[in-house]
Amino acid sequence: MKSQPRLVEVRKNVLKQNDMAARALRERFQAAGVLVVSLVSSPGSGKTAFLEKTLTMLRPHHRVAALVGDLATENDALRLARSQAPVKQITTGTLCHLEAAMVETALEEWNLDELDILFIENVGNLVCPASYDLGENLRLVLTSVTEGEDKPLKYPTIFNSADVAIVSKMDLADAVDFDWEAASGNIQAVRPGMQIFRVSSKTGDGMDDVLGFLADRLAELRPVVV
Amino acid sequence: MHELSIAMSIVEMAQEEVERRGVQLSAVHLKVGFLTGIVKESLIASYEMACFDTPLQGSRLLVEDVPIIVFCPTCKVQRQLPSMQWFGCSECGTPTPEVLQGRELEVVALEITE
Repeated sequence: MKSQPRLVEVRKNVLKQNDMAARALRERFQAAGVLVVSLVSSPGSGKTAFLEKTLTMLRPHHRVAALVGDLATENDALRLARSQAPVKQITTGTLCHLEAAMVETALEEWNLDELDILFIENVGNLVCPASYDLGENLRLVLTSVTEGEDKPLKYPTIFNSADVAIVSKMDLADAVDFDWEAASGNIQAVRPGMQIFRVSSKTGDGMDDVLGFLADRLAELRPVVV
Repeated sequence: MHELSIAMSIVEMAQEEVERRGVQLSAVHLKVGFLTGIVKESLIASYEMACFDTPLQGSRLLVEDVPIIVFCPTCKVQRQLPSMQWFGCSECGTPTPEVLQGRELEVVALEITE
């Protein structure tokens, strides 16, 4: 006779495997004194342009590198390689987000001790990357002026998971009647207190503020021993 | 889109448990916080797909929604968020980034038969 079903308590985090891999990465990054910054946004909001500019401007002063995730093609890695910084493409196939294990594999041939700042550009997607910790210190969410001001309200989960917001393509703001008050209000609504930078990767406007912010975070990570 | 990979993780986890215990699975009880951005219907459909042709086929995924709870720094109490479009206290209106609950993605129990 078949017995009655019974309930057994399990209590297991479904993303435990990723969380454990992310924790191990975070420990490695910390031990090596590397500031790790991930970038999330919708496709086409200018992550790669922003990153190319950032790498180019940071490279004379810091040892920088980037991992870049996409479903397919090596195009972004080729673009970023123009900055002269070490770059590696992670192609996810059909997967809509990066996972910690992919970052771990991509880093196999790199010596973290030789880096100051590592950037991880996630797959262009405002939904799926939210739940996956990559061991980063900072998560930057980009939103471009051409996307409209209400992206934060439409994708609150990812904006809420980020530490800093970057409003990109500011050089196009006037052309699209971008409403800064509305955009910043929406960002603050879903993530009260989040720092917001306005940049144009094309003209370089606003980039100094972002780079200064990153340099400060790096300095915090590596307290100067007197 | 990532519901399928999450469903596959759940199936993998449940399969491990039932094999270890030598039992049959009839249902998985899962807690899903609103902040995970997971679509319940899509997750359940993905679960059925992921179970196909495994010993778990025919088992059910029972999802319990977990609302978002924030801490209001002014009232000094926990408050449930009425909407994900605004993170603040529903009583006094103070914005708050302090999320106490709503990110859960947890298998809480398995319904099994010996």
